[in-house]
Amino acid sequence: MTIDLKTVKHISKLSRISIDDNKAKKLGKDLNSIFSFIEKLNELDTKNTEPLTSIAETTLKLRKDEIKSENIREDILKNSPDKNKDFFVVPKVIE
Amino acid sequence: MSKNNGEYLIIRNDNKYEVIIGLEVHAQVLSKSKLFSTSSTKFGSEPNTQVSLVDAAFPGMLPVINEHCIKQAVKTGIGLKANINKRSIFDRKNYFYADLPQGYQISQYKNPIVGEGSIILDMPNGEKNIGIERLHLEQDAGKSIHDIDPQNTLVDLNRSGVALMEIVSKPDLRSLDEVNAYIKKLRSIMRYLGTCDGNMQEGSLRADVNVSVRKKGDKKLGTRCEIKNVNSIKFMQMAIDFEANRQVDVIEEGGFIDQETRLFDTKKNETRSMRSKEDAHDYRYFPDPDLLPLELNDNYIDQIKKDIPELPDEKKKRFIEKFKLSPYEANILVSDIEISKYFEEVSKNSDVKLATNWITGELFALLNEKNIEITESPISSKNLSELINLIKDGTISGKIAKSVFEIMKDGDKDPISIVEEKGLKQQSDPKELENLINKVITENPKNVEAYKSGKDKLFGFFVGQVMKNSNGKANPKLVNEILKKKLS
Amino acid sequence: MSNIIDLKLVELVDKIKKKELSSTEVTIAFIERSKKSKKLNAYISENYENAIKKAKIFDQKPDFKKKLPGIPIAVKDLFCTKNIRTTAGSKILENFVPTYESTVTQNILDEGGIIIGKLNCDEFAMGSSNETSYFGNVQNPVSENLVPGGSSGGSSSALAAKLTPATIGTDTGGSIRQPASFTGTVGLKPTYGSCSRYGIVAFASSLDQAGPMTHDVKDCSLMLEIISNYDTKDSTSVEFKRENYLNNLNDNIKGKKIGIPKEYRVDGMPKEIDELWEKGIKIIRENGGQIVEISLPNTNYALPTYYIVAPAEASSNLSRYDGVKYGFRSKGENLIDMYEKTRSEGFGDEVKRRIMIGTYVLSSGYYDAYYLKAQKVRRLIKNDFDEAYKKVDAILTPSTPSSAFKIGEKLNDPVSMYLNDIFTVPINLAGLPAISIPAGHDKKGYPLGLQVIGKAFDEQSILNIAFALEKNISFKNNITDWWIK
Repeated sequence: MTIDLKTVKHISKLSRISIDDNKAKKLGKDLNSIFSFIEKLNELDTKNTEPLTSIAETTLKLRKDEIKSENIREDILKNSPDKNKDFFVVPKVIE
Repeated sequence: MSKNNGEYLIIRNDNKYEVIIGLEVHAQVLSKSKLFSTSSTKFGSEPNTQVSLVDAAFPGMLPVINEHCIKQAVKTGIGLKANINKRSIFDRKNYFYADLPQGYQISQYKNPIVGEGSIILDMPNGEKNIGIERLHLEQDAGKSIHDIDPQNTLVDLNRSGVALMEIVSKPDLRSLDEVNAYIKKLRSIMRYLGTCDGNMQEGSLRADVNVSVRKKGDKKLGTRCEIKNVNSIKFMQMAIDFEANRQVDVIEEGGFIDQETRLFDTKKNETRSMRSKEDAHDYRYFPDPDLLPLELNDNYIDQIKKDIPELPDEKKKRFIEKFKLSPYEANILVSDIEISKYFEEVSKNSDVKLATNWITGELFALLNEKNIEITESPISSKNLSELINLIKDGTISGKIAKSVFEIMKDGDKDPISIVEEKGLKQQSDPKELENLINKVITENPKNVEAYKSGKDKLFGFFVGQVMKNSNGKANPKLVNEILKKKLS
Repeated sequence: MSNIIDLKLVELVDKIKKKELSSTEVTIAFIERSKKSKKLNAYISENYENAIKKAKIFDQKPDFKKKLPGIPIAVKDLFCTKNIRTTAGSKILENFVPTYESTVTQNILDEGGIIIGKLNCDEFAMGSSNETSYFGNVQNPVSENLVPGGSSGGSSSALAAKLTPATIGTDTGGSIRQPASFTGTVGLKPTYGSCSRYGIVAFASSLDQAGPMTHDVKDCSLMLEIISNYDTKDSTSVEFKRENYLNNLNDNIKGKKIGIPKEYRVDGMPKEIDELWEKGIKIIRENGGQIVEISLPNTNYALPTYYIVAPAEASSNLSRYDGVKYGFRSKGENLIDMYEKTRSEGFGDEVKRRIMIGTYVLSSGYYDAYYLKAQKVRRLIKNDFDEAYKKVDAILTPSTPSSAFKIGEKLNDPVSMYLNDIFTVPINLAGLPAISIPAGHDKKGYPLGLQVIGKAFDEQSILNIAFALEKNISFKNNITDWWIK
C-alpha cells in the first residue's frame, strides 16, 4: 500500500500538527518505507489469537473514594504560557 | 405536530411521519472524588481549585480508578435490570479541545461495564418498556468559557475528570411525553439508588439526543442526527420537535438527511449543524495502556445486589397492594425517593388515605407555591402525621385542620400545641352542643316554623348558625344529629 | 587512594559510610569533571550549586543507614524532578519546571541520593542515537563523533565518562540496553511493573520502564534495589517481593539452563558479535551452566509490531502537549491554529513522524489492520517466551546487531535506525527483564554488549548470570579523556 499526500495531510490534521507540502512529501516517503516494513505482519495468521492489551501481570487496583488533592491552583497554572489568576487562557474557539 | 390517539406524528402533505428518539444520558456519578484522581467533585467552587496534577494532565501523571464509581455504575446497572459485564475495558477517545487536558477522554468503548437492560414508563395508555443499550463509565471534560473575555477563551478544569455514567437507550422513544417520562424515571431510579443526584441545574444530568423520522408504517429506520449536550427536559423536547420537523421538511422537499452532530440553540429554538470537519469524529479509540481491564466477580456483584433498596416499580406495586392506593396515586408518591420517604414516614403513624390526600393535595400545593423540594418542606412528616391523627380521632374537623396547616407552614410547629393554644379543639360534648343548638332555636322562631312547615333547605342555616357561634369548633357530625332530633 | 571519579558506586557508598570520603568531596569531584566535559553535551540541565548545598547538609548530619548516603547522581531528563527543569529533550517542554517528583527519583532522594543534573536524551525518548534531542547530539566518550546510543544517550555518555557514578534511564524498546552496549556500561530494563512510571514523561505506556545504568553488575543490583517499588500511583505497578538484589548477588550459575534463540542469528550480523556470543556461551558452560538451543519463532515480527504499538500509544500520550497548560506555545489565530503551530514548531521531526504513524494506525478503517493485528502478534511474541521459559531459566543474546555508529550516519534512514533495536524490542513487548553487560570490543575498538533476558520478576537470576559473565570477561573500557584536552 502507499500513503499519498492527501492521507499525510489528513493525518497531520488529526494530529494537530501543521505541515507544508515539502515536508508532507518527505514525510510521505518516510511513512511509506516504514509501512512497507510493517506490512510484514500480514504474513502471520492471527485469526484465533486474542489481542494482548496489557502486559502487566496484575489486576486493576482500585482506589478508595477519598479527597486527597488540595487546592493547588497556583501550581497548576504556574507553567502555563498564558493564564490569569484563575484560568488558563487560550485563543478563541471557532466552531 | 398532531396528536392522534396520543401518538406523536408529523403530518405534511397527507404524509404521516413517526419520530424515533434515542437518548444518551450523561449522569454524574455521586462520589466524593473524581474517577481517576483524588480531587473533589464539589459543585460551584472557585475556578481551577479542584484540579490535581492528574486532572490537568501534567507529564508523567497516571490514572488510578475510584472503586466507589465502579460500585455506583454496577448499582445503576442493577437498577436498570441490566447485565453487568464481568470484564470491561477503559479506552481512550482521542480529540483535541481546550477543556480536554489529556487530549483524550478515558471512556469505555467496545466493552462497557453494563450491558442491556430496560426501563418501564407509566404512560396514560399503559406501561411501555424502553430498552437500555448499555451503560459505561467515562471522564467529564472541563469547561470552556467564551463570554468573559472577548478575545480569548478561558478554561476551568474543576469538572475535568469527574465520573460520568453514559446511559444509552435503544431508539424506542416515540414522543415528547415519553422523553419526559423516560428522563424522570431514569432520574428517579438513580436517586433511589443514590448513584446520581439528578440535579439538572448543576449539570449532573445531560443528554445527547438522537432523532430520526420515518413514514408511518415503514420498517426501516431513517438517518439520525445527534443533538449534543442538552441540559433540560424542556430543551430536549424543543430540540426534538424542531429537529423532527426539519427532517420531515428535508424529506418532503426530496432531500436526504445527513448523519451529523447538531447543536441546539436555546435562544433561537433551533438545531444547527456543528459543521465540524469530516475528520473531527475520528476518535481513534484504543485500550488505555495506563489501566488494566476491570474484572468483577459474582461475589462482588451479589454483594451489591443485596444492598439495592426498593426501587420505584416495586414500591409502587407494594403501595397499591398494601395501602390500596390507586395506580395514579402510587405513581405520584413513588416518583421521587424523597416524596416516597416522606409518605412512608407520615403513613407509618397515621391513616394512609388521609396521608395520601394531604400530601398530594395541601402539601404539594404548598411546595409548588414556594417552589421548593419536599426535603425543604416547612412541615415535617412527623407533624403532618400528627395533624392527620387529630382529624382521624375527631379532635379537629377537616376544615379546622386546614387552618392549623396554615399556621404550621410558618415554622414547623406541632399541631397539638397549635390546637391547644388557639383553642381549636372540636366541641364534641353533647350537652354543650345542645345548649348552643337550643340558643339558635330560641333566637330564630320564624325559621323554625318555616322549616317545620316543609322548608328543608333551612337545615343548613341552623347548622351554619351553630358553627358560627362555636367559632367553627363544633363537631359538625354531632351538630347534625342533635339538630335533626330537636327540629323533628 | 584512587581518584574519586574512578570508584564504583558500591565503593563510594562504602567509603562515605566509613567516613573516608564526605558527600561534599564526592559531589564536587563529579561536578568538576562534568564542568570540564561540556563537549560531550551529556547534560540538559545542571543542578550543581543546589547539589553541593545538599551534600554539605548531608555531611553535617550524615545518615549512614541510607543506601545512597550523599551520593551525587545525574538522571535522564525524562524523570520529572521537583523544581528542576524537565524537558524530555524537547523544545515543547523547554521551560517546564515540575512541581512534583517522579516516584523513581523520589526513591533515590529518599535513600540519600543527590541530583546533580538532568541528562540529555532523544526527544521523548524516541530515538536510538540521541540525535533527535532538541538540545543537540551527545558524544560517546569512547570516540569522537560516535553516537552514545539512545534514547538514554546522555545517561550512557555521562556514566561512561564518569560524570556520575551511576544513572537511571528509561527503556521502551532498548533505550537503556543499547546505549549501555554502545558505551561499555551495564544497563538493566526491569520487568514491566517493577519500577513505577509515575512522574516519568510517557512515551509508550505499555512498554516504558525505568532502569539503572551503572559501571558493573554490583552497582546495578544496588540501584535496582533502590528504584524498584510497588506504587499505588501507577495502576500498572505490580506488587511482588522485591529482593535485596545486591545482598543476594551470587556468581554461581551451576545447573542454570540458558537458552540460545536461533532466530537471533540474523543475516549480516558482524562476525565479532557472533564471536562475542560464542564467548558468552563458553563462559556459561565452563561455569556449570547448561546451554539449550531454543526457538522464538516470531522474533522477526517484533520490530514491525513495536513500530505500531509504540507510535500508537505515543500519538495519544503526546496529545497533552498542546500549548495550554505548560510548555511551548506558538501564536495562533484561533485555538486550532494555535494547536497546529505549537505542535509543529514544538516537536522535532522524529517525534512528529511517530505521532503520524500512531495516528494513522489508530484511525478509522486501519485500526484492525494495524493496531489490533499488532496486539495479536504481541501475544504471539509473549507466548514464544512463555514456551521457552518452560525449558530454560534465562536467555543469552547479543545486545545489539552492531557497535556504535557515527553521528549522522543513519539519520536519513529511519528504518535502518529502527533495526538497531532488533534484539531489545521483543523483550519490551513481552514485558520481561533484561540486562546488557559489556563483553568485548569490535575491531574498531568500540564496545559490544551481551544481553541476558529473564523470566518476569526474576531480576535476581539475570543479575547473577551477568555477574558470572562479568567476572570471566573482565571487560576494560579504553576511554581516553579526549574531550577534556
